Amino acid sequence: MDNQKQEAAAAFKAFMLKTSTKSNLNLYDHLARLLTKVMDERPPNAVDVIEDLSFRVKRELLPDFQSTLRDLSLSTVAQLLAEQQRLLFSRVDERGEQDEELIESPLPNVNEISFFLEQAGVALGGREEMQRIFLALKQLVDSQPLQRCRLWGKVMGTESHYIVAEAEYREGDEEEEQSPEEAPENEERDADVDDEKEGAEEGIALLPQSTYKPPPAAPKEANGTGVNKYVYYVCTEPGLPWVKLPPVTPAQINAARHIRKFFTGRLDALICSYPPFPGHEANYLRAQIARISAGTQVSPQGFYQFREEEEEEEPDAPRNSYEQNPDFEGAPIPKMAESMSNWVHHVQHILKQGRCTWVNLAAKPEEELDEDGEAEEKEEEPDEPDPEVGPPLLTPLSEDKEIRDTPPWSAKMSSTLNPQYAVAVLRSNLWPGAHAYACGKRFENIYAGWGLKCAGGFYMPSLPPAPQSEYPSGPEITEALDPSLEEEQTLKATLELQQAAQEELESLEGDEDEDD
Amino acid sequence: MCVLFLRLFFVKTTRSLSLCSKSAQSLLRLITARGHGARAKNKEPMDSNTLYYSLDLVSGSGHALNGEQRAALQTSLVLLKKNYKFNRVMFWGKILGIKEDYFIAQGKGHDELKDKQFLYSFNCMEWHLLPPADDAMVGEVSRAAKGRFMGDPSHEYTDYPLKREGDEATEAVELIKVTEERRLAVTVHLIDEEVSVVPRGAFNRTHLGLMNNNRCFEGLSHAEAGKLENFLHFAKPKKLKKKLIQEQADLDPSIDFLDPLSDDVPKGQWSLQLENASSVCVLRSLLWMGLTFYHVPMTPQHGYVYFGYGCKNLDLPFML
Repeated sequence: MDNQKQEAAAAFKAFMLKTSTKSNLNLYDHLARLLTKVMDERPPNAVDVIEDLSFRVKRELLPDFQSTLRDLSLSTVAQLLAEQQRLLFSRVDERGEQDEELIESPLPNVNEISFFLEQAGVALGGREEMQRIFLALKQLVDSQPLQRCRLWGKVMGTESHYIVAEAEYREGDEEEEQSPEEAPENEERDADVDDEKEGAEEGIALLPQSTYKPPPAAPKEANGTGVNKYVYYVCTEPGLPWVKLPPVTPAQINAARHIRKFFTGRLDALICSYPPFPGHEANYLRAQIARISAGTQVSPQGFYQFREEEEEEEPDAPRNSYEQNPDFEGAPIPKMAESMSNWVHHVQHILKQGRCTWVNLAAKPEEELDEDGEAEEKEEEPDEPDPEVGPPLLTPLSEDKEIRDTPPWSAKMSSTLNPQYAVAVLRSNLWPGAHAYACGKRFENIYAGWGLKCAGGFYMPSLPPAPQSEYPSGPEITEALDPSLEEEQTLKATLELQQAAQEELESLEGDEDEDD
Repeated sequence: MCVLFLRLFFVKTTRSLSLCSKSAQSLLRLITARGHGARAKNKEPMDSNTLYYSLDLVSGSGHALNGEQRAALQTSLVLLKKNYKFNRVMFWGKILGIKEDYFIAQGKGHDELKDKQFLYSFNCMEWHLLPPADDAMVGEVSRAAKGRFMGDPSHEYTDYPLKREGDEATEAVELIKVTEERRLAVTVHLIDEEVSVVPRGAFNRTHLGLMNNNRCFEGLSHAEAGKLENFLHFAKPKKLKKKLIQEQADLDPSIDFLDPLSDDVPKGQWSLQLENASSVCVLRSLLWMGLTFYHVPMTPQHGYVYFGYGCKNLDLPFML
């Protein structure tokens, strides 16, 4: 009996010792290893996790097999980025200390800003990310002759983000750049004309020329004024090079008002939309930045004041320059969080025309200031259009319009438990992501969002224009019916008859002549 | 040899097929019972235990909590877990209202997918239970509630039925009234249903159909984290059974029992990026703008949070 049992046990052990054809393991050794592991590790509820442990034991054997393969060393995105970001942490020692003493650096204190942003519940990234943004801004300030620099915010895209810096050049250092976009357009037009001329020479029938003349486009605002008051630099990751955005044209602003597209994160991406957007994503981004700035850049009332000289010159003209008020004391925080009338817009409203200052397009080109050679032929119009007027600068936010029963701003205190040291926070409901905070004399505007306006309901894409009316129908363009064979024959017969009669007449006349 | 191989392959495919056809039943079982002994690592919304660093990883979306709120959450979520006898408590997100913001927490019982409850709070300390959302409620809310959240749970939305010409019976139609609390419950339910995300492999299914937290999950590799098909919807699968047999053959039935994000329509409704110096993989839903998911590749850490207005982005097809 015992013998039998022992034999059975031995047979089973032999079965367990059979090596697998696949993995070259055997069950006996595996169980031994597994139980050793359990004894070593003593996991709680060992019976529940035994499958996992068994799997792990098997996996631990695996690397031996893999070691014969060599790992493909791929330089990952992270490594490439780290190479770029390493430069942010290099100290610039060569710069003389005099420089720093002479020119006050326009670098904003991002550490302070990020502290207040955290109070306000806004973030552009983690703490380390903010530090990198700080260093990237430092890089920008060091490399460009900037008078003023501000962290504008972050615009999110589907593939990457844009970190946006708002800057102003030092006077005199402004780069005089010819707008590179208009030149190629003209060239294209010229090329078209040339083609047509060639066609005419070769004697090919020309297509009818369109007599449609587009309505005159509003000229771009000069650098340093209106929507182009500041220049904007963007980068997708701190450490990557800053790219200057091109100045914005009124046409771009108006097109951006009609479309609703996500940013991709590539500045050269095409905007596929209706109505077509004139330009690339860089232009679209710049247009949205202009719109967001105009709508949501706010400051506590009294922080800025109008320059006084201007009032004497032209009392009627809208005042568009302001300066910091040296006597500003700072408003109490609870008041700032309570009433919208304590906040004012300090960026000019963009008119329907797509500019901040209205320009009379109906006026003769001579009267216009010479603007980038946009002097197109304009026909005189008898009635002068009414100038568009926006709300003046430094208008309180309480004057802002509601969007479909939604107030345009939500105000809050950052802390309810410690209102004494809280920060007043404003959140725009019109431009989700736009925030402003104020604390004592300090305030800042920051944007962190998708760069899209709140649609307030559903977005309705604009429809294509109605088809043009048809050419009025008349006899000269109506197609006649082809005559039938009989009709042709009768016509032929009558013609022959007429001809015969005429010949007879002529011969008679000839006879008469001869008689004379 | 060749014949044998083919036969083996055939057996394998038919097995996986039969498994998938049974997936409906097993799903029911999976919903009713949860794998026992699964210890919470860090999954789904932000677990209260790891909140302090996981919030930093998703802050690239523009929203954060300030120190006061974080501290309050750390205290109140512990008490919440005790008072409601939850297994786990997670911070789910924040819905931004015009006057006030709702902070949302999620409590889970023994069942991961079914036994979950949502709570809301204004100050991160006092929590109120949200009513469970059912289909009728979803219908009511989607008809009546429009626009932004007000920040007042008793605010009432009314649905004014469209008056058609010649339709005289309109007066008899009852106006549907929905309180904001109910709307909040429905919105949170829908977001959790439609766009909650887990990385592939973080959960596995046993032969009994129970869903387990996969203890062997060591995170996606950097290459895998760059592909959308390695992220799954953490909700009852809807499209899995409709896949072609050929596509189903490659699926591992113990892991691939949830819908992958790559099957979502329209394409491009997820934005997948590497952030924080390319160390964190971040997914953002463009359909429910504000939902951010993070996963640190090569570690089991993952989670999602919602910071947004609670409005579905219906303009999405125009915006891509």
